[in-house]
Amino acid sequence: MKEQAQNKQIGAPMDRVDGRLKVTGGAKYSAEYELPNMAYAVLVGSTITKGRLTGIDTKAAEKAPGVLAVITHFNSPKVPGFDTAGKDPSQPATVGGPLKIFKDDKIRYNDQPIAVVVADSWERARFAARLVKGQYAPEKHKTNLEANASEAFLPTAAKKNPKHPMNDYQRGQVDAYKTGAIKLESEYVIPTEVHHPMELQAITAHWEAPDRLTLYDKTQGTLATRRDFAKEWNLPEENVKVIATFVGGAFGNALHSWPHESAAIIAAKVVNRPVKLMLTREQMFTNVGYRPYTWQKLGMSATADGKITAITHESVGQTSTYEEFTESTLAQTRMMYQSPNVTTRYRLASLDVCSPIWMRGPGEATGAFALESAMDEMAHLLNLDPLEFRLRNYTEQDPEKNKPWSTKFLKECYQLGAERVGWNKRQLKPGSLRDGEWLIGYGMGVGTFGAHRGAATVGAQLRPDGTVLLQCATTDIGPGTGTVMTQIAAETLGLDPKKIRFELGNSSFPKAGTQGGSSTVNSVGPATQEACLALKEKLRTLAGAAFASAKKEDVTLTDGYLALSGSPTTRVAYADLIKQGGDKAVTVEAKPGPEGQKYSMYSFSVHFAEVRVHELTGEVRVSKLVSCADAGTIINEKTAGNQMKGGAVGGIGMALMEAAHIDDRFGRYVTKDFADYHVPVHADSPDVQVAFVNQPDPHVNALGTKGIGEIAIIGVAPAIANAIFNATGKRIRELPITPDKLI
Amino acid sequence: MSIESDKPAGHDEARRTFLKQSSLLTAFTMVPGPVLQAATYELDEKVAAAFEKVPLRLEVNGVKHKLSVEPRTTLLDLLRENLNLTGTKKGCDYGQCGACTVHVDGQRVNSCLSFAVMHEGKKITTIEGLTNGDKLHPMQEAFVKHDGFQCGYCTPGQIMSAVACVREGHAGSEGEIREYMSGNICRCGAYSNIVAAIQEVKNGGQKV
Ligand code: FES
Ligand code: FES
Repeated sequence: MKEQAQNKQIGAPMDRVDGRLKVTGGAKYSAEYELPNMAYAVLVGSTITKGRLTGIDTKAAEKAPGVLAVITHFNSPKVPGFDTAGKDPSQPATVGGPLKIFKDDKIRYNDQPIAVVVADSWERARFAARLVKGQYAPEKHKTNLEANASEAFLPTAAKKNPKHPMNDYQRGQVDAYKTGAIKLESEYVIPTEVHHPMELQAITAHWEAPDRLTLYDKTQGTLATRRDFAKEWNLPEENVKVIATFVGGAFGNALHSWPHESAAIIAAKVVNRPVKLMLTREQMFTNVGYRPYTWQKLGMSATADGKITAITHESVGQTSTYEEFTESTLAQTRMMYQSPNVTTRYRLASLDVCSPIWMRGPGEATGAFALESAMDEMAHLLNLDPLEFRLRNYTEQDPEKNKPWSTKFLKECYQLGAERVGWNKRQLKPGSLRDGEWLIGYGMGVGTFGAHRGAATVGAQLRPDGTVLLQCATTDIGPGTGTVMTQIAAETLGLDPKKIRFELGNSSFPKAGTQGGSSTVNSVGPATQEACLALKEKLRTLAGAAFASAKKEDVTLTDGYLALSGSPTTRVAYADLIKQGGDKAVTVEAKPGPEGQKYSMYSFSVHFAEVRVHELTGEVRVSKLVSCADAGTIINEKTAGNQMKGGAVGGIGMALMEAAHIDDRFGRYVTKDFADYHVPVHADSPDVQVAFVNQPDPHVNALGTKGIGEIAIIGVAPAIANAIFNATGKRIRELPITPDKLI
Repeated sequence: MSIESDKPAGHDEARRTFLKQSSLLTAFTMVPGPVLQAATYELDEKVAAAFEKVPLRLEVNGVKHKLSVEPRTTLLDLLRENLNLTGTKKGCDYGQCGACTVHVDGQRVNSCLSFAVMHEGKKITTIEGLTNGDKLHPMQEAFVKHDGFQCGYCTPGQIMSAVACVREGHAGSEGEIREYMSGNICRCGAYSNIVAAIQEVKNGGQKV
């Protein structure tokens, strides 16, 4: 019995394996490594938005106490890879390339780093940084998307490749909604939103030898970061080591290599000491990406009995002048509803800004705001319940790719969520429910994201003390990767999870992709499983005659012995196996098979919101938020539930408060900190309810997982906007929905 | 602030004048002549800089420290950079996120928003000091049990604030907890779980 219970690790709400380190302050993030002779670096940013740097006065800074170096375009050592590096293969969705810091005198955006000041303490570096003065030849800049929308263009990658997903999409007739009997056409705007993980972007760069570099860095991909900086310095990849054992949140902003990382590496070279650099909260707006300001137009037509006949969805997203950033804003529109005619057009507008980067539920969350708002608008036009309207347009197979879904349990999600939020209380007529001065409304929004899987490799090793060590270069920015991998390993090996150690966040470990796009468990999960199976198989062959004919699944690892389940006396001590080389690590790569050709693979979610809107002040309180997901097998209900709740809270921010504003006259952000860029705090968040369908998807991988991180936020903002409409009759199509828009 | 950024040279001079004056005040008793001269003739800013430090006595997690710090050093930077107590986190440095929350003489304080020298003779408790040997504080245990975090970066601040919140008597209801914990941002959005952890500790009646 005990063994049975022990075997059931997948699905158990296990406490995090790194919980103790996180609650005691023992978890070390990238600015927290103690190295001898540490120096501190602070960036100085451009005060103009576009033009040329004609000079920099660094004299006062250089003379300030404790200053070791002031590095600028005028004196920076040559970064060899800046001249040779062309298109960066680690950035598949971008054309152009990351900013090459200090390489030339061009200013491309406001607060672009023009100098890095290195000193022997933060205080001294900060003080001296304020003494650096740039001299500029400014040029006219563009920072407003709407003013420049007429120059929007099809992404270059799409122009070059007619199969590229950013190309215009067509099924049925072009713009058929225009001739529909019942139709709507609406424009939607989402402002620039900033990831703002609680950990400020930080890096500690250490040249251990003139050609050996170690980086303690905030990154979602230790290998991507290694590749980028090995290339920048023309070094073999194995000479660069990237450590990211703990990452204090990222939500996408550590999917790209940024100028501050290059600056720290250059600085460490110049002063020949380890250099620590941490951005300020203000610099988090300007130098590490954001969710791009996006304008969208959605046209939809339907029959009187609630069948969608056509959708056209267009968007223009902002990008920088030096990199073409694209995201899947229009993907959900092409596959979510059964419409015979669908047109999508994706465009970019280049502005004098820092490049954007995927932010949680990247383009899909932006697109879902338009699509799921329009669904609500159409349901209202048709006088239909929005849930019923969605059911009438439910797709049993992917209408974009004409393939069956690998699995789809969205209807089940609808049902779970509707019950929990009390959907039956919803009135068709807006403004029908109230509690004193508070108007009450209900809304829903649907989300989906590809169940992506990539190749991943995990190493597994039996240790003399009877524990198993697993290693993988993957990272954990918060979802609990180490914890769920421990559970997968424990179940596969039959071993107590306490005897398993899963190490990650180190580029020297076996390869894995970047933690992004909800793909980690889909990819690293099966690699962990297969590495454990291979380890068992190896030990079985070493265990001799008694195990020769045993089946793999009957072999288990127990306390001190390899054993056969069902035959407790058949066992071999680990010490004997280790004598024969049983402690050598086995390393296994797991790759996706051909299933992706046959099936369309997606995770699905639906979010239901109950809001209370104050009639006089326009204050919005999200009183209930219920998120239901079809994310395949749930490995750990506790960590998975937490991730869903976190996405929902992010969605509250998106819906009600988050917006980074540029003063276009100067091209400079006027939002500089948490006082003017609001993110949800405790008091803004209801007790978010989460439910999982928890049905395995047999096609994505053997575990049956599909991914959670993105669908947790996609669809939340429109659920809240729709609930606000139901409460007040006011349709707000520009986020965030602040009180001024409701009074 | 505007003086510093608009007129760096002027500021530099002002600082040097201040140095000279303050050096002169102490010169009669303790400053060796050549050092003073160095500062006066702007020959060695680095030597002069030594005079920018002041003595400070602090007790951190029960350990008494005799330190010499610059007056502009925040309590947060002192903890993280000088005492290597990196459990206290920097999330904004502007007093807006709570990641740097510590207890000063039992009160919760944003350590980024107070200078170290303001705490002469005071008792500081950081997340590292909450653990009793190997044994977790009940609030730490509850955070693990309820999964009151994801990335873990806001967590030390949340826990220090949560302990204070219970001690202050502000954990009476879910609503009250949410209100009195709103100075601690969790961008991962683990709020529901944090509240559950605090409620358990509050209702468990253990001494916090
Ligand atoms: S770091 Fe002190 S409040 Fe944010
Ligand atoms: S746990 Fe990541 S910010 Fe709170």
